[in-house]
Amino acid sequence: MDIRKPNVTILQPTSGADRVRSEQSKPVAEFSRPLLLSPGQDLLGYVTGHLGRGTLFVITLVSVLAVFLIFWFVIREAIPFLKGESLGQTIARLTEFLTGKNWYPEAHVHPEFGALPAIVGSVYVTAVALVLSVPVGLLCALFLSDMAPFSIRQAIKPVIEILAAIPSVAYGFFAIIVVAPWLQHTFGFSTGANALNAAMILAIMAVPTIISVAEDSLSAIGREIREASYALGATRAETLLKVVIPAAHSGIIAAIILGMMRAIGETMVVWMAAGMASQIPSPWWDLSQSVRPMTATIAQEMGETARGTVHYYALFAIGCVLLIFTFGMNLISEHFMARIHRREGGR
Amino acid sequence: MFESDKPQTNPPSLDSARSSVRLETIGHLEHKDNNRPVLRPGSPRLHADADAPQVIRAEYFSFFYGSKEGVKDITLDIRPRTVTAIIGPSGCGKSTFLRSINRMNDLIPNTRTEGILAVNGQNVYDKRTHLVNLRQQVGMVFQKPNPFAKSIYDNLAYGPRLQGIRRRGDLDEIVEHCLRDAALWDEVKDDLHKSALALSGGQQQRLCIARALATRPNVILMDEPCSALDPLATAKIEDLMTQLKNAYTIVIVTHNMQQAARVSEFTAFFCLGKLIEYGRTSDIFTNPTHKATEDYITGRFG
Repeated sequence: MDIRKPNVTILQPTSGADRVRSEQSKPVAEFSRPLLLSPGQDLLGYVTGHLGRGTLFVITLVSVLAVFLIFWFVIREAIPFLKGESLGQTIARLTEFLTGKNWYPEAHVHPEFGALPAIVGSVYVTAVALVLSVPVGLLCALFLSDMAPFSIRQAIKPVIEILAAIPSVAYGFFAIIVVAPWLQHTFGFSTGANALNAAMILAIMAVPTIISVAEDSLSAIGREIREASYALGATRAETLLKVVIPAAHSGIIAAIILGMMRAIGETMVVWMAAGMASQIPSPWWDLSQSVRPMTATIAQEMGETARGTVHYYALFAIGCVLLIFTFGMNLISEHFMARIHRREGGR
Repeated sequence: MFESDKPQTNPPSLDSARSSVRLETIGHLEHKDNNRPVLRPGSPRLHADADAPQVIRAEYFSFFYGSKEGVKDITLDIRPRTVTAIIGPSGCGKSTFLRSINRMNDLIPNTRTEGILAVNGQNVYDKRTHLVNLRQQVGMVFQKPNPFAKSIYDNLAYGPRLQGIRRRGDLDEIVEHCLRDAALWDEVKDDLHKSALALSGGQQQRLCIARALATRPNVILMDEPCSALDPLATAKIEDLMTQLKNAYTIVIVTHNMQQAARVSEFTAFFCLGKLIEYGRTSDIFTNPTHKATEDYITGRFG
């Protein structure tokens, strides 16, 4: 059977032209302006166009240059510390710097520059902060994107953004005055200023970042995809776990990495809350011991170091390590963010 | 085992017996005769009280978005194994009514309903309605193709897996069967594990139809399924509908009058949230009773 052929005769539509013709009798407004620019107008347009573009380009260039200048400056100041007389010596210094456990920069007889405790401190505090903040942040994002009624979402999002706007020194006060005594009394730790304290505060600081980026990526998964799943008889939990989260996974990974960057680059809170002891916790899982992450090391010692000394250059070398960490993470998150944008653009 | 060669509808006698019991027990509705739509001779509605089978029955069904009415006092029956087209100008409540049938409108906050909308004799707006089973029995195809960002195979297997079918062999059989039913098998049989997003728009829409078939529904709702497709893909989907109606009840919302004329046996004309006219497609298109219907299908408004 040929189904292209209608099985019924259809009444023919009336001609649209009849209706259009009847509307054309009205008087039409005057539009007889010249279609060519005068030479003066042409020149003016040329100059202002290029001027505007040039100005904006220079301003953009300044911020890009600033990034490169910071990189160059930090690396330049780190080179005198690492560079030896031969390649072998350079490698030896680098190895000692990255694996040495002792940081005695001001020792008179034999100063030691082992940055491992600082690196371990940073990684340690950041990792614990992520363990605490990622589940909370992602569950909040899920609640906001898929469960909360519109009015509740509108009320909660600004509050979460305020959390991101609180100055870190205020978090530091909170860590010293509230969290530290609480940890000491409740768990019997010898000191309240320790890795756990810093990690908890960093987790609170990372949560808003994780929530807002993850929520954006979950909301970017369109309603039609959710409807498709519901229409196939899926419950909300099944829809979230099997369709929405897999589709938003690149944004969720980006959210976690951004939260990680927030934690690893944070200085003031770890300076105030982590206890400032340049040591690797022993046993390694003991959260109640004090640590001193890279950022806090630089912040504390830079002010007391004479410019041009080995100690001064060593601090820049630590800065370099930190920069490599954050830059690497930034690249990874850019990679995942680009995947979200590609998907949105592809729709 | 999966067998959708045979129609999935219940035996008509049981069906209508169950529905009439339900409707008597719930339906204490006043009859508002001034609101009655025009019912044509041959309209299933005229036979509804007798033994004529119906899969979907609406009795004075109204749907509200907040205080705004989406559809009002819709009364109609839809017969099994037919294609029923719903036509009408934009904003007239066609899609609202269609999406009420499998309760997709539940996702919108602040909505409520009045009257009865029954599928297989069960009022779907009963508090105790099993939404998951309802949506398994009443499949839906949307305006825009909306495949999941998964492989073709996983798209098809999504519904069956939700129902607990895990054995690879069973899933393979369902996937092949539904893709064949949706006339897509020959085009994708070598690419089952490639992403569904790589298909063309028309293929994606047929994939969505196949995906809806995979939950073994009785009824398939189609909300302007061809509006995003080119004429060739549209022709394929229309072919598909005429084949599928041997086993399924299809309700289609369309803006395309020719499409309604080509594929449907019954047509309902909605305007401003009300059912204006309902009857055999041949009657509605050749000899409409209502002035508004005639104006709409001849293109004088809408």
